[in-house]
Amino acid sequence: MNHSPQLVEYLIRLADDRLILGHRLSEWCGHAPLLEEDIALANIALDCIGQANNLYKVAAEVEAKGRTADDIVYFREAIEYKNLLLVEQPNKDFAQTLVRQFLYDAFGILYFDALQQSAFQPLAGIAQKAVKEIRYHFRHSSQWILRLGDGTDESHQRTQTALNSLWRYTGELFFTDSVEQQLHSERIAVLSSAMNDEWLKTVTEILNKATLHLPSSEMYQQTGGRKGQHTEHLGHLLAEMQILQRSFPEIKW
Amino acid sequence: MTDKELTNDQGDLWEVFIQEDDNAPHTHAGSIRATDPEMAIQNARDVFARRGNIKSMWVVKSEHIKATTPGDTGSFFDPTSDKVYRHTQFYKHTLDDELWKKQ
Repeated sequence: MNHSPQLVEYLIRLADDRLILGHRLSEWCGHAPLLEEDIALANIALDCIGQANNLYKVAAEVEAKGRTADDIVYFREAIEYKNLLLVEQPNKDFAQTLVRQFLYDAFGILYFDALQQSAFQPLAGIAQKAVKEIRYHFRHSSQWILRLGDGTDESHQRTQTALNSLWRYTGELFFTDSVEQQLHSERIAVLSSAMNDEWLKTVTEILNKATLHLPSSEMYQQTGGRKGQHTEHLGHLLAEMQILQRSFPEIKW
Repeated sequence: MTDKELTNDQGDLWEVFIQEDDNAPHTHAGSIRATDPEMAIQNARDVFARRGNIKSMWVVKSEHIKATTPGDTGSFFDPTSDKVYRHTQFYKHTLDDELWKKQ
């Protein structure tokens, strides 16, 4: 089996996406507008962080340099994080949180569904469990988009604003580079670029039903997350997430 | 339900029923708030069904349940107490004995 540095890099990317998205969602815990929604967002956050944990563990095993999943999470700088820019964007309001989730979930279903066929067994196993969870996340986020978009003037306005401001980070979802291509040729990875059309179809369909406008396809698309070039928001998130382990290394619950 | 508000800014009150096995009865799990049926099902799933093996779930608006009042206790229920098959507890015991599983 392939134990290349590319495989470690690839696993960490996928894990970073799930961890950062999960952490963002967890920021709602105790603050969501409805009690039931507070529980729902915390559940989804836990699913994401659970998937990340599984991916980091496999990455640590493949890497075999003595790093643990916790080391990878708590002792890397922002530039070493390889998550998509979309998932690190702040919650701002409930609409932005759900738009971010919806745009990611529509992609996550396609990606993890395809990843179940990975020739790297541990990854195929994680994808099998993850895709079930993401299907539910998508049901949750898309139902909210319908209600927020086709809801009150204020909810429509906020959702459209969120869509306009997050759209510039969606191009990166389908960004393919040499790591992905190399692993794809070994049938380990799937090509993000292959998901673009189906993603756009799903997203367009829901946005139309929600009376929301698809932002212009001409909009400038920002990339860089896979290279560690992040928006200013990631540093703040990591500071909060990492401070305890960095102040008191090896502290246990 | 007399002490619970059926509607407030958190949505309507819904009762949740969960089936844990094929052919098992749906049993009352609790209540949640939601603005419409799909959100009620989702909220019920997140509150009651995230862990454990759930086969099926029902939600029904609490306002659609007609319930007896405490004042009914004597006149409404007592006349049936000498006919065991009419007694609600007869059926509850049947369920507790899990007779439904043996059928």
